[in-house]
Amino acid sequence: MSGPDRAPDLRPWFLLAPALLSIIVLVVIPMSFILVYSFYENIDLAVDRAAFQFSNWQELFRDKYYHVAIWKTLRLSVIVTILAAVLGYVPAYFIAMTRFRHRWLLLLLLILPFWVSFIIRTLSWIHILGNQGALNGLFEWLGLTDAPLSMMYNETTVIIGFLHVFLPYMILNVYVSLDGIDDNLEPAARTLGATPWQAFREVTLPLSLPGLAAGCLLVFVLTGGSYVTPLILGGPNDYLFGNLIHDAVVSELNWPMGATLSFTLLVMLGLIVVIYSRFMGINQLAKAFR
Amino acid sequence: MAGVELKNVKKSFGLITAVQDMNVTFDEGSFTTLLGPSGCGKTTILRMVAGLEAPTDGDILVGGTRVNEVPIHKRNLGLVFQNYALFPHRTIGQNIAFGLKYRNVSKSDIADKVKAALDIVRLPGVEDRYPSQLSGGQQQRIALARAIVIEPDVLLLDEPLSALDANLREEMRVELKAIQHRIGVTSIFVTHDQSEALAMSDKIIVMSAGKMQQVGAPEEVYNSPANEFVANFLGASNILDVTVTSADNRTIVVQTPQFGTITVPRARVADLHGAKTGRLVVRAEKLRLLEATAHDGGVSAPGTVEAVDYQGQIARYFVRVGDAQFQAMNMIDGRPFEAGTGVQVAFNPQDCSVLPIES
Repeated sequence: MSGPDRAPDLRPWFLLAPALLSIIVLVVIPMSFILVYSFYENIDLAVDRAAFQFSNWQELFRDKYYHVAIWKTLRLSVIVTILAAVLGYVPAYFIAMTRFRHRWLLLLLLILPFWVSFIIRTLSWIHILGNQGALNGLFEWLGLTDAPLSMMYNETTVIIGFLHVFLPYMILNVYVSLDGIDDNLEPAARTLGATPWQAFREVTLPLSLPGLAAGCLLVFVLTGGSYVTPLILGGPNDYLFGNLIHDAVVSELNWPMGATLSFTLLVMLGLIVVIYSRFMGINQLAKAFR
Repeated sequence: MAGVELKNVKKSFGLITAVQDMNVTFDEGSFTTLLGPSGCGKTTILRMVAGLEAPTDGDILVGGTRVNEVPIHKRNLGLVFQNYALFPHRTIGQNIAFGLKYRNVSKSDIADKVKAALDIVRLPGVEDRYPSQLSGGQQQRIALARAIVIEPDVLLLDEPLSALDANLREEMRVELKAIQHRIGVTSIFVTHDQSEALAMSDKIIVMSAGKMQQVGAPEEVYNSPANEFVANFLGASNILDVTVTSADNRTIVVQTPQFGTITVPRARVADLHGAKTGRLVVRAEKLRLLEATAHDGGVSAPGTVEAVDYQGQIARYFVRVGDAQFQAMNMIDGRPFEAGTGVQVAFNPQDCSVLPIES
C-alpha cells in the first residue's frame, strides 16, 4: 500500500541542473578561491605564500586610500544612476507611447550598440572630445577657439562614457514597465479631470517605478563594478574601486590583496542587490529580458 | 446634465474613413446605444465625444455648446471602459475620489461622496481594498462609481459588460439601466451585443462601416429593419428575393419562388422606388414548423429539417424549402423535430417586411 508521502518530484531539479551547475562552476567555486586567496600572504612581486592570516583585510580596513575609493565609487555610481534615470526615461516613454508602426525598429536601434565592443564605444569618445577630436575641430573651424580645448580625462568624460554604455539598460527596463501599463489608464485619468501632466504624475509615473528601479539597480551595479571606462576616459584621480583591483592584480602583482578587494566589491554590490530585492522583488529585472 | 449632438461629424484615420457624416442627437437624460459589429465606428464616436479623438470634420455639441476644442479634462464626462481601467496602485476609495480631487471638493465631502457612490453600485465598505482584490463584476461597478461620482454631463459606456461572464452580464445590465434611470444622466452606450442594446436602450443607433443604418426605439429597429444589414444584425432573418405583382393602397402582393404569392400590408413595405423586385424579410422566430400534414392558416410550404440546434427552451431549425435554406427559431412544445423530418413551414404575411434590393 502506498503511504501518504510520495517520492519527491525530481523534475524541477533536472530542469534547474544546467543553470545551477554553471553558477557553481563559474561563480561559486572561483569566488571561493578568491576568498581563500584573500588570506594568503604576498611576499614579493607575484610571490605568494599559502596562509591563513588577516593582513590584507587589515590593510583594507585601515588604509584611507581604499575608503576614498569606496566613497568615489559610491558617489559616481549615484550620479551616473540618477542621470541615466532622467535621460533614459524620456526615450523609453517615447518608444512606449509612439503610434509609429515599426516600434521594433526603435528597439533594435537601442540594442544595435551592443554589437560593437564597449571598449571600442568608449574609445570613440577620444575622437569626439579629444584635442584632435571632432568637437575641437568644429570649434576651430567655426573660429570659436584658437587652441584645442581640453575636454578629456576628467570626471565628466567618465560619466559621459558610462551613460553612453549603460543607458540602453535603463531605457529597456523603463520601456518594459511603461509598455505593461494599461493604455486606458491615462485616458481614464484625463476624463476624470486630470491634465496631461497630472495624469502622467498620478498614474503613469508611479506604475513605471518598478522598471525605473530595476534600471537603476542595473546601472548602479554595472557602474560600481567597472574599471575600463575610468581607465580610458578618466584622469589620474578618476579611479573607482575596480581600478584598485586592476592595479593590485595587474601592476603590483599582489594577488592576495586583489582577491581581498574583489571580494569586498562583490559583497558591497551584493548588498545593494539584496536591499533592492527586499523592496522591489528581483523578478522585476527579468521582465526586461523576456 | 446635457444632451449631445453630432453635426456632420466625420473621422478618418489616414485613408480609412472610420465615421462618415454622423448627424444625430442624444436626448438629455436618455439612454442611447450605438450598436454594430467591431470596426463599425461606434467606439470612435464615443472617443470623439470624450475628446480622446478629434473629429476630422463636423461639430460635437454637449448641452448646446461646441466642445471640439475643449480638452478632455474640461469636458466633465464620465467614461467607463470595457477593461474597467481602474488605477491598480490606488485603493478603491482613491480610485473613486480621483475625479473629485480636481473639482475643489473638500476632504469630508469627498469621503461622503465616495460612500454614496459605493452605495449606488451596491458595494459599500470596500474603500480600502485594491482593484485586484475585487472580482471583474465588482471592478466594473467601481469603474461606474468612479464615473458617476463626478456628476458628469454625459456618461459614456464603452462595452462595459463584455468582459463579464454571461450570468453576471445580464444582472449588471439590469442594474446599470436602473442606476442610469435613477440618476437620470444622459448615457451613450457602445455594444456589439444586440440583446444588451434591445434590453437597455431608449434609442438604438445601428451602425455599419462608419455609417448609421437605422435610428429608432428598440421595437422599431427590431420589427421594422430599415435594410438587410439591420435585419440580419438584430436577430436572425430569412431574406427572399421577390417580384411585386400588384399593389394597392393597403397591401402589396409579391411572388416568391418557395411560398407562392404573399399579400403584405403596406405599412410593412419600405419605399421600393418603383422597382418591381424587392426582398422579403421573415424573422427566424416568426417562421413556424408544423407537422407535414398540418395547416394553421398562414402562408406555408413543405420543407425538410436539415439540422437542429437545440437550445433548451427553444430550438433553431435549418429547413430546406425548394432550393433555399431557412432558419426558424421555435419554442419547443413537446419534442423538437429531428433532422430529416418532413415539415410544413409557415408564417403570417403581416409578420414579414419588404425591403428594396440594395445595389
